[in-house]
Amino acid sequence: MPVPNRLRDLIRNIRSCKTAADERSIIQKECADIRNGFREEDSQFRCRNVAKVLYIYMLGYPSHFGQLEALKLIVSSKFTDKRIGYLGAMLLLDEHREVHLLMTNSLKNDMENSSQYVQSLALCTLGNVCSTEMARDLAPDVEKLMKNANAYVKKKAILCACRIVRKVPEMMENFIPLAKPLLADKNHGVMLATVSLITEMCRKNPSMCTSFKKLVSTLVRILKNLIMAGYSPEHDVNGISDPFLQVHIIQLMKILGQNDGDSSEAMNDILAQVATNTETSKNVGNAILYETVLTIMDIKSESGLRVLAVNILGRFLLNTDKNIRYVALNSLLKTVHTDMNAVQRHRTTVLDCLKDPDPSILRRAMELCFALINSTNIRGTVRELISFLSRCPVEFKSDCSSGIFLAAEKFSPNTRWHIDTMLKVLTTAGNYVRDDAVPNLIHLLSATDKMHSYASQKLYMALIEGSDFSQQPLIQVASWCLGEYGDELISGPPDGELITVKEDEVLVLLDRILKSSVTNSVTKAYAINAVMKLSVRFPSQRVKAQNIIRLHSVSHNMEIQQRAVEYTALFIKHDVLRSGVLENMPQFEKPSREENGENSEDDDAKPPESEVVIPNSVGQTGSPTQPQSNVDVLMDLVDLGSYATSTYHENNRPITVPGDLDNLLDLGVLSNSDSGSQFPPAPQNINGVPSQHTDSQAGSLQDPAEFSAFDKSGLKISFFFERDPSSNILNILLSARNTTDTSFTDFVFQAAVPKSFELQMLPPSGSVLAANSSNSVNQKIKITNPNHVQPRIRMRITYNCREENIVEMGEFNRFPLYTWQ
Amino acid sequence: MSHKLRQIISSVQPEGINQGWSRKSCKMMKFMLLFSRQGKVRLQKWFYAVGDKERKKITRELVSIVLLRKPKMCNFLDWKDFKIVYKRYASLFFCCAVEDSDNELLTLEVIHRYVEILDKYFGSVCELDIIFNFEKAYFILDEFLLAGEIQEPSKNRVLRAVENADALQEENQEAEATRSILEEFGLS
Repeated sequence: MPVPNRLRDLIRNIRSCKTAADERSIIQKECADIRNGFREEDSQFRCRNVAKVLYIYMLGYPSHFGQLEALKLIVSSKFTDKRIGYLGAMLLLDEHREVHLLMTNSLKNDMENSSQYVQSLALCTLGNVCSTEMARDLAPDVEKLMKNANAYVKKKAILCACRIVRKVPEMMENFIPLAKPLLADKNHGVMLATVSLITEMCRKNPSMCTSFKKLVSTLVRILKNLIMAGYSPEHDVNGISDPFLQVHIIQLMKILGQNDGDSSEAMNDILAQVATNTETSKNVGNAILYETVLTIMDIKSESGLRVLAVNILGRFLLNTDKNIRYVALNSLLKTVHTDMNAVQRHRTTVLDCLKDPDPSILRRAMELCFALINSTNIRGTVRELISFLSRCPVEFKSDCSSGIFLAAEKFSPNTRWHIDTMLKVLTTAGNYVRDDAVPNLIHLLSATDKMHSYASQKLYMALIEGSDFSQQPLIQVASWCLGEYGDELISGPPDGELITVKEDEVLVLLDRILKSSVTNSVTKAYAINAVMKLSVRFPSQRVKAQNIIRLHSVSHNMEIQQRAVEYTALFIKHDVLRSGVLENMPQFEKPSREENGENSEDDDAKPPESEVVIPNSVGQTGSPTQPQSNVDVLMDLVDLGSYATSTYHENNRPITVPGDLDNLLDLGVLSNSDSGSQFPPAPQNINGVPSQHTDSQAGSLQDPAEFSAFDKSGLKISFFFERDPSSNILNILLSARNTTDTSFTDFVFQAAVPKSFELQMLPPSGSVLAANSSNSVNQKIKITNPNHVQPRIRMRITYNCREENIVEMGEFNRFPLYTWQ
Repeated sequence: MSHKLRQIISSVQPEGINQGWSRKSCKMMKFMLLFSRQGKVRLQKWFYAVGDKERKKITRELVSIVLLRKPKMCNFLDWKDFKIVYKRYASLFFCCAVEDSDNELLTLEVIHRYVEILDKYFGSVCELDIIFNFEKAYFILDEFLLAGEIQEPSKNRVLRAVENADALQEENQEAEATRSILEEFGLS
């Protein structure tokens, strides 16, 4: 067996490689030699070989064969072997490996070694890689070493305890009584480690804060000594005595002083002293000041001190050092909720930060701007933000536009301004506008009936001006408006300012959208709907509209083709019904924020009502103009797909067998059973359309089985599940019935899900449950389940029965496997 | 992200007070990476359990992000759940991941302190020192940080501990060398 290469030689050889292939071949050869060495149990050179493995590991090559060898080195009696062995264990093993168990014994032995350096190796390894099992096994040994007289060993043991608490919080009991005496130690390493340990215990178990409150006076004293003490060469950093310890103590004070008046008061003076006396010409002084400010803002400190803190942040904000500006924005963002007015004073400076070239600073500044918007400053701030939107890096555009929409929704001074802002964002951010913004905006436009003509004129102009059709969200909103309010577009707003638009120009525009190669299919679907609606709004343009639509009945896009064919059929065969079918949509209600108290978190996020444009789970089936709740049942005609089947699932269950082609016909069945006279029979040629609904339904798992979710005092609620196995979204169709002989009114179903899910509830089909199950209320719930874990739903149901308000709660977790896996 | 914005905007009501900090579970350094301007990793220290694949992925992504930053930008960036604090010293980047609520300025100080200790140990340190003595760089780091926390605020104490351990290692080796010579002569 030849003497293996030295580590130094290996490194040199690798560095001299000209190509990656050379490097690989050298490493392959070396690895083979190392493995041979290991196989022959060569203990003399094991250390050298493991060191080489560590280097190879760092270069990113496989190194698993070194794991066991590192463990063998640990049990060696030689210090060199141990040193490399423990280093290897820390680098190569992570706590999931089973070999970890093998280590526990060596650690235990070495922690009792007579040499403090061997003890140190064991403690260091334990502190860095401790697993749950190790924590349980070795906690008593660590506790013993925390009482050791040797500060070098003690500080390491304390930090091990820190790691143990992090891993197994219930182990902290043993360490609590040690905290106070350890804090009295003179050694800075020990003090620092103890402060870290106490901090960790308080974080893991907030109730610990009360028992550690008695330490506040000790902490204050240590901090005072640090500030008052003169120059001490051992711990000095740029003229400041042990900044590390100072920052950690101030951090711990923040935790202990939170919501506690007495402790806060005890800290008041010392914090004021630190805030005024700390030298700020160097980074390290600013680090202390920064921590002090955060603590002052978070505890119940005196108002004078808070003013001082915010002023420090103001000074930070003007600092030429980018890092300081960054932390200033960061802390203003944290304090904005506690001290709105104080932060508001720095608004202009924050707005200036939006011109910074550094994305880290931009991100904070943008978030802070949004947090600072209120009804008095919204005009100015949003103006700045829109100009930011036009020049910012692309990764900010989506967030920025969503933020502006939200702020406008909340604080807009008037609807005209709101619509103008919305339009500016649409034209500035273009396709970076998030999908959910489109239905939100349509909703807004519909709800403000006085602005219909203004909005449609503005949108029309925007389309004419930006004639390349690249901004899909804009075209979608505009198409919807043109279709819905085409007549008002022509007549203009009542207060003058009329732009003359000819009826055929509008159709030409929509025709161009439909023919453009830039617009996507969702946009085209909006446009074709608009053309259809305009055939009613502009009676003189009927033929033109019909021609445009007919042209697309051979579209390669399934969705467009289907719409075109159906609409053509409506023209030809059921022209009598056309004007009724295409009536103006009922005006949406203003979004009310307090609607669903319980799931308020998700509540904000969902599109306010009804307009579900792109139901992800079933492809692009939904007609963009399809109201789900606002009852216009006729509109279902436009949509033969999932909505019809899901909403009326209850009534027509027999026909919604998965994959059944007859699905397409359920409109026909529907019209017979529900509202016969209103409906025409299903257009014949629909069977001939190779509809994608068929595909999507065959692909999705739809269970005809009914799951009882709630059954109490005559109220029965059932769930039906529907899910496309490839998506994360589970659709729940809820159906509620009343089996008693008195009718229920004001029926409201609310739901909440754990944080890892997202919940979206579409509006229910009604709020009245008639007696004896004579009707049902249907509602669709969408659960996004990115982690594929079993969902849980908590329900809150309220209704009125005989003038009495009844509130019921329940939970449902019997989700079958296929709904979530 | 839009969700985060929403929280910011909507939590102007008083309920939002003090929620920001108390929710954080543990606060410590998550990992430290040293890499060259060419993106070669020179040292990596992980303070939380993470598998090998994930380590590589994180390293790769982070190295490319940091290398793309311009010199005039600030030393912090938000990346996934972490806050990255990095600083360039000559040809090497020192890069730490900390919690969002951690003190970034102090983390810079920690990096600087580590560089100072390396400098003192090697005597005006350069990248080559760290390449050829990577294990020493680890030993020094292990005396300075432990479990993601600062272990020893005094430069000299860290140095003394490392040097004493080095001395112990050499003693060991000398004893061994003597013994093997004695064995050769059949005198053991």
